[in-house]
Amino acid sequence: MGDAMMRHLRTLAAVSLMLVTALIAAADFDYGLSPRQVAEDTWVVVGRNEDFSFENGGNIVNSAFIVTSEGVVVIDSGPSRRFGEQLRAAIARITDQPILRVLNTHHHPDHFLGNQAFPAASLAALAGTIEGIRRDGESFNENMYRLAGDWMLGTEVTVPGQDIEPGPLTVGEHRLELLALDGHTGTDLAVFDRTTGVLFAGDLLFHDRAPTTPHANIPRWLASIAVLEALPVKVLVPGHGAPTTGSEPISQTRNWLEWLQQTIRSGAESGLDLTEMLDRPLPADEARLAVSAAEYRRSLSHLYPAAEQQALEHGAAGHAH
Amino acid sequence: MKLASLLLAGMLALSPHIHAANDAADPLESARWGDMRKEFFGDQTVVFDTRVEVTAPLTAENPMNVPVAVNAAALPDVREVVVFADFNPIVRILEFTPGAAEASLAFRIKLQQSSPVRAAARTGDGVWHVGGTWVTTTGGGCTVPSTGSASPEWQSRLNEVNGRMWSRQGQGERVRLRIIHPMDTGLAPSVPAFHIESLVLADEKTELMTIRTFEPVSENPLFTIDLAPGTDPARIRVTGRDNNGNRINAWVTR
Repeated sequence: MGDAMMRHLRTLAAVSLMLVTALIAAADFDYGLSPRQVAEDTWVVVGRNEDFSFENGGNIVNSAFIVTSEGVVVIDSGPSRRFGEQLRAAIARITDQPILRVLNTHHHPDHFLGNQAFPAASLAALAGTIEGIRRDGESFNENMYRLAGDWMLGTEVTVPGQDIEPGPLTVGEHRLELLALDGHTGTDLAVFDRTTGVLFAGDLLFHDRAPTTPHANIPRWLASIAVLEALPVKVLVPGHGAPTTGSEPISQTRNWLEWLQQTIRSGAESGLDLTEMLDRPLPADEARLAVSAAEYRRSLSHLYPAAEQQALEHGAAGHAH
Repeated sequence: MKLASLLLAGMLALSPHIHAANDAADPLESARWGDMRKEFFGDQTVVFDTRVEVTAPLTAENPMNVPVAVNAAALPDVREVVVFADFNPIVRILEFTPGAAEASLAFRIKLQQSSPVRAAARTGDGVWHVGGTWVTTTGGGCTVPSTGSASPEWQSRLNEVNGRMWSRQGQGERVRLRIIHPMDTGLAPSVPAFHIESLVLADEKTELMTIRTFEPVSENPLFTIDLAPGTDPARIRVTGRDNNGNRINAWVTR
């Protein structure tokens, strides 16, 4: 056997080894969830500030839990069955308390597709969210398979059986306030823990990441942010991005939405085509946020047609006779 | 004849913008280019030409409503423009004939799967100049029924036109118009094809643009048209009809 042949074989062996290693790493499907304590009894599993991908398996979202003497309250169950199972295991490493309640803040897939891993009786959401999961859940789930591949294996839409009323809810020693808001979607739940001062804002607030708008109503969303801002918050847990004791998620989300709304209105009013809007560079403040360019373009697709329609209907066209 | 077109292609190849189109040369490397070429151009001379710009998002967020802008205004003497998508179940999207308008048009389309979206502009010498871009999409845009087909509301507004004109600061006028129409492709179960076929924009004196639309144009079509400098109509008449014979007839003013 010649040297050249040996070299080829060695290369082949090395490449095969790399391939096998890569396959094993992927086959784990380990999200590496490591809960971070943000207040007494209160933990957050922080997702990455990215888009859904095969690489992150959909782990781009925050899930949180409060350990009380009555049981554990979970806020958002993550993007897949595997995520839900791993979240449940991470909770069990911290407490022996049973899962009392799993709340889905809204009907987007990364906030409820982990439901399957939790006791059916614990699953709860506002009525509008339950309706949204019933309506859009299957197509969201299909879409997640396309975006995150085998991370999604075995994931099935599990609709919460219990619709919750907004208002105060005492669980063990924690006095929670459930706020029924909207604007990011048609129904957005925020949970304020009056005992610890932690606000779980769901996707009404984003931190260092551009907000997403597939079901957004920006004026409603801004009104909801004003409600959250009035709360005596000590720790703010956004739906996406790092928890913080500061108020950046409020200013960042509000600034982005106001800028987006203004950009879209003035573009439509000055007769710009959607293809021309897509090309525009972002101002520095907005460009700083993660995934900003992609979210800006997506938002145009969601929101520009209605603005165009409004601009055109104000124009003077009429039937000819 | 063959020799003439070869010579023509040879001459054209001297321009920095273009190269003769044979199967191997498709800059978008589409497996369907050969078929597209046969279907749309037969034996006519075809060149790939970067002066025919097709602008669309790399990834379409909504396959029912993909924004596309075609601009062939950098070419002289454009007589006709044909827009098509290689991998759509219905490939032909629209055709337009610029009169006093510039050889550019923006609109929205339905895409069934990722595909090149191309525009071919025929110049006075009979040569087709082809430009295009790939659009990636989750797809399904052609086989779902329109929103309109599921609601009775559109029937009272069918073929209603909303439009407006803007001045482009000395560069001529911009016209944008939207027409209420379901634009059903006929590919969704038990929803027959129902779409606008023709639109003519004219001022008091001359024809500005003729547009022929096919099934892949999005529901409630929206068009952006730029008029050449010097064309300064006070109002524009839009006439047309759909494949069921319903008429479109409206004025667009400033």
